[in-house]
Amino acid sequence: MNNSVEIKNLDLEFGSVKVLQNLNLEIGKGEFLVLLGSSGCGKSTLLNCIAGLLDVTAGQIHINGNNVTWSEPSERGIGMVFQSYALYPQMTVEGNLSFGLKNAKLPKTEIAQRIKRASEVLQIEPLLKRKPAALSGGQRQRVAIGRALVRDVDVFLFDEPLSNLDAKLRADLRVEIKRLHQNLENTMIYVTHDQIEAMTLADRIAIMRGGQIMQLGTPDEIYGQPINKYVAGFIGSPSMNFLDGRIKGREFEFGDLSIPMTGYNFVNGSPTDSETTLGIRPEHVVTGELVGNAPFQTDVTVGLIEPTGSDTLVDCELAGTPFRVRMDGQAKVSVGETLRIGLNPSRASLFDKQTELRL
Amino acid sequence: MSNGRPSQLFRNKSAKIAAIPMIVTALFVFVGGTAWTVVYSFTKSGLLPRLKWVGLDQYERLWSTNRWLVSIENLIIYGLCMLVLVFVIGFILAALIDQKIRFENTVRTIILYPYALSFVVTGLVWQWILNPDFGIQSIVQGLGWESFAFDPLYNADIAIFGVLIAGLWQGSGLVMVLMLAGLRGVDQEVWKAARIDGIPAWKTYIFIVIPMMRPVFITTLVLVVTGIVKIYDLIVAQTGGGPGVSTEVPAKYVYDMMFRANNLGQGFAASTMMLLTVALVVIPWAILEFGGSKNRG
Ligand SMILES: Nc1ncnc2c1ncn2[C@@H]1O[C@H](COP(=O)(O)OP(=O)(O)OP(=O)(O)O)[C@@H](O)[C@H]1O
Ligand SMILES: [Mg+2]
Repeated sequence: MNNSVEIKNLDLEFGSVKVLQNLNLEIGKGEFLVLLGSSGCGKSTLLNCIAGLLDVTAGQIHINGNNVTWSEPSERGIGMVFQSYALYPQMTVEGNLSFGLKNAKLPKTEIAQRIKRASEVLQIEPLLKRKPAALSGGQRQRVAIGRALVRDVDVFLFDEPLSNLDAKLRADLRVEIKRLHQNLENTMIYVTHDQIEAMTLADRIAIMRGGQIMQLGTPDEIYGQPINKYVAGFIGSPSMNFLDGRIKGREFEFGDLSIPMTGYNFVNGSPTDSETTLGIRPEHVVTGELVGNAPFQTDVTVGLIEPTGSDTLVDCELAGTPFRVRMDGQAKVSVGETLRIGLNPSRASLFDKQTELRL
Repeated sequence: MSNGRPSQLFRNKSAKIAAIPMIVTALFVFVGGTAWTVVYSFTKSGLLPRLKWVGLDQYERLWSTNRWLVSIENLIIYGLCMLVLVFVIGFILAALIDQKIRFENTVRTIILYPYALSFVVTGLVWQWILNPDFGIQSIVQGLGWESFAFDPLYNADIAIFGVLIAGLWQGSGLVMVLMLAGLRGVDQEVWKAARIDGIPAWKTYIFIVIPMMRPVFITTLVLVVTGIVKIYDLIVAQTGGGPGVSTEVPAKYVYDMMFRANNLGQGFAASTMMLLTVALVVIPWAILEFGGSKNRG
């Protein structure tokens, strides 16, 4: 038994609205799984089902080998952290941490010990006597994590815990959560719609859409071999360029251009002749001296420049289709200039035009 | 600091100028009227106010009048029962509705509806309902239970509880909607967190949700208490103070003294006593609510 959480054929309906459909997911012990998807795709719903806060319509949920589909949330061996912190505002930090434990009639010394350990790990010892109103957002979220920590459980659920924080704090706390996971080796299921969070934290990412899991894989797989056009477009910022054309033998024909696809790993061998979309990430387009090594090279006219400091985005057109290129922040370009770019097909993705699946 | 922050006094000048007539009226009518009443409560005013000082005579007479003592006793009984019951009923109704029942809007409207009626209507309605000849008693007797007796308004010992029923019927709706608004203001994620912590619903209400609703409770408390202290029209419509003086209340005493018994001094003394009661409630509240907020941040 190596799985910490198993979800089998899970369905969830709100009245006539099907939010989750036949969802299967296995999460290993100590794994950090991130549920990533756009708003309304059912991430929170799935998390609430695992927590037991929603009654499932069909299917089963197993945690640590026990079927907990109909157990109370408190008996499932989970801790949960919410976006709005959900602290008990009239209690001190210490009260927040201890309330559940006291209610479960744990011995006083045990409670004190657990609070001590959690507050050390999260560095909230100086705050124990304060009320949540007297804490900053980051501190509140730390306390909320502490409340999950003192439960001494194997599975942590996070529902967009960092969404209410400013960018800097978010980055700091992200690192802290990662460190926490490394130290505790608990299973963590983490909902977010921030792909940076997903990429940096996850052992595996589950991309969700319309109540289903589109792709489940390591951040590398999701980024490098997106299973369909949706995932390809969703992951990566700036997002992938898509060129609609045809594949003929080993050539991708697009307008008056013909891109050789030698070196591309087809999923089921190369199709002979079909309508196809080529996806290439702006950061995989090369410029400058590197162009010489690229299997395919062409010229574009610079239309718009977006400098971001670390790098510069160049908007241009490739055979009439908008196309973005990412260049080094130090690179000198000006609008109207002709830019030589190179593409490497082995880093590109091909999708069937109809099914949008990876070829 | 010549060009520092402009004086608060001169900000929004036109708004302040526009408010002056209202402020003057309010000061004149409320503060002036109140001061005038208190001053004249120390005089021997009869049909007309006269500045003939009698010291505390009016108060001595007041506190040795049986009717006034009964009024105070009634107010205490009615007030305490009303306070406790209206909060319990209102909160329980709100909690039930908050548990996502069906037809919430309909139920809420039905329960709030009595509040829209004037006390006179409520009083008359309940006078009829509690009338032994054609109210509840006669209906139950008509159903075959001949010995059934329920006529609180005709029994001097419990008549005030007949009034209490009507008061509750009218007041619970308001408390319910206020409580419901408070409950709805509680973040759903707090409820989820409590469930994960394994806290039973009743404990969540008592230890987490109700403390979070403190401002709503205090506002409701003030509304309910002032409503209790000034109760008058319900009594007039439902019992007229009877049987005997068994349902008399202070506000009615004031009115009767001033406009029926032509004894203004007595009325002023009684109303000064009522003002004192209200002040005892409102001033601590105001200190709690507004004075404390500076340190609470
Ligand atoms: N109580 C409910 N009744 C009916 N539909 C609901 C309810 N709760 C959620 N939904 C629907 O279920 C879908 C999934 O909601 P969910 O909250 O899981 O989205 P999410 O992926 O967490 O989105 P977000 O990133 O915005 O938090 C949404 O389309 C939403 O409208
Ligand atoms: Mg959500």
